Amino acid sequence: MTTLQIDHVSRWFGNVVAVNDITMTIGPGVTGLLGPNGAGKSTLINMMGGFLAPSTGTVTLDGQQVWRNEEIYRHIGVVPEREAMYDFLTGREFVVANAELHGLGAKAAQKALATVEMEYAQDRKISTYSKGMRQRVKMASALVHDPSLLLLDEPFNGMDPRQRMQLMDLLRRMGDEGRTVLFSSHILEEVEQLAWHIEVVVAGRHAASGDFRRIRRLMTDRPHRYLVRSSDDRALAAALIADPSTSGIEVDLAEGALHVQAVDFGRFTALLPRVARDHGIRLLTVSPSDESLESVFSYLVAA
Amino acid sequence: MYDPTVARLTYRALLGRRRALILGALPLLLIVISVIVRALVGADDQTASDLLGGLALATMVPIIGVIAGTGAIGPEIDDGSVVYLLSKPIKRPTIIFTKLIVAIAVTMVFSALPTFIAGLILNGNGQQIAVAYTVAALVSSIAYAALFLLLGTVSRHAVVFGLVYALVWEALFGSLVAGARTLSVQQWSLAVAHKVAGGDLVTSDVGLPTATVLLVVVTVLATWYAGQKLRSLTLAGEE
Repeated sequence: MTTLQIDHVSRWFGNVVAVNDITMTIGPGVTGLLGPNGAGKSTLINMMGGFLAPSTGTVTLDGQQVWRNEEIYRHIGVVPEREAMYDFLTGREFVVANAELHGLGAKAAQKALATVEMEYAQDRKISTYSKGMRQRVKMASALVHDPSLLLLDEPFNGMDPRQRMQLMDLLRRMGDEGRTVLFSSHILEEVEQLAWHIEVVVAGRHAASGDFRRIRRLMTDRPHRYLVRSSDDRALAAALIADPSTSGIEVDLAEGALHVQAVDFGRFTALLPRVARDHGIRLLTVSPSDESLESVFSYLVAA
Repeated sequence: MYDPTVARLTYRALLGRRRALILGALPLLLIVISVIVRALVGADDQTASDLLGGLALATMVPIIGVIAGTGAIGPEIDDGSVVYLLSKPIKRPTIIFTKLIVAIAVTMVFSALPTFIAGLILNGNGQQIAVAYTVAALVSSIAYAALFLLLGTVSRHAVVFGLVYALVWEALFGSLVAGARTLSVQQWSLAVAHKVAGGDLVTSDVGLPTATVLLVVVTVLATWYAGQKLRSLTLAGEE
């Protein structure tokens, strides 16, 4: 059992508060740290990994302080977001070096390379690797000492769908084995597919915590706004407002469009095309106007 | 205290193609100039001493020291790859000490060795001049490597600061302001060289005891402090 405890942690840089009084407990299994870009996810992960001192509060791993404690790295594997990684080495040389720094040998390195399926390219220079290959070699370097806690900062960035699937499988396996795996992402779908447990961070604050179903429900139940243009806006508006899935419509004459607020997302998306067809109205534009991640998150914070 | 893996990574980073070219260019220049001077002037002790003191010790050694000292750790901190060293159960002072050894070795090879060769070319080690300046280069390699390794650990602009120190402080101020000479790695190493050569060709403004103490103190303090700085090195995220 490995538990990472973040206790009333804040971190500020000059006048900017990057992480604001966050308390969370990360236990075994896969946890997703979700939040928009700039929310403080990397700052938080850097503090979890002992690369940044909290301004206040403590980060402990099974009761042991993480900051300024080299011995803690016997239990932690880190996959940083940044690309740089001794590009002049081959993949194998890099992972072997990481194994040696843990006091292990080439055998452990080879096992880790096999785990991430990078043996086929292990003798190529890292500088020739694609982003996904780099990510997997980084992963191998983090797994080489069989850590019980794995920290990954935006591990899926820049990966193609196949590589993404492979890495997800791998992380899922790690979680099933009872390791504590924490990864950050700003993409809801990634977190939803992989994480058993989600921690949401918005603007440096801990916005939500729980299993993904609860958070997903919070996200889909919120009012959705759409911008709709059609061949007959008023007729469409009248037909839509008759249905309980719609809670409000504004006819925007300047824009020549309707602003529709839907409360039942599923029902509204089925209703709109049907109503249009039944009334012989042509839909010209249907676009969600508040689908940006920030608005989803700010809704979550309010919830 | 010494980690062979850290050393290997540092050597390979330092002697990568581009950096090795820069490291090799200055020594080559020194040797070429020495050949030309010897051909034009012939073997002359004063000329040899002037050239080794002015070009090799005052300019080349500190520049090589800057490249090797800051290069042993600065780029890793800059691009973030140092995280692969820091995320290991290795004492931070061990990382610094290992990198110091590598930086010293590289500085010595690329500065002391060519100094000795140039000395041989210039006057065939007459009056022990080649040996004296080589010893000075060896001694100052240690102090420069330690100083610039510290600089590389604490500053993102280590190379610039290092070059300013090497060229402005050591070379320019050192020749104009007497006080600056007391606080100059070059003068300390010259004190050691003076002891080796004897005579009046190699002189220093600093006495040997003072020079030795300052060399040791600067090297030890810089290394210790770099280790402390690395212990609390902060890796800021990209956001």
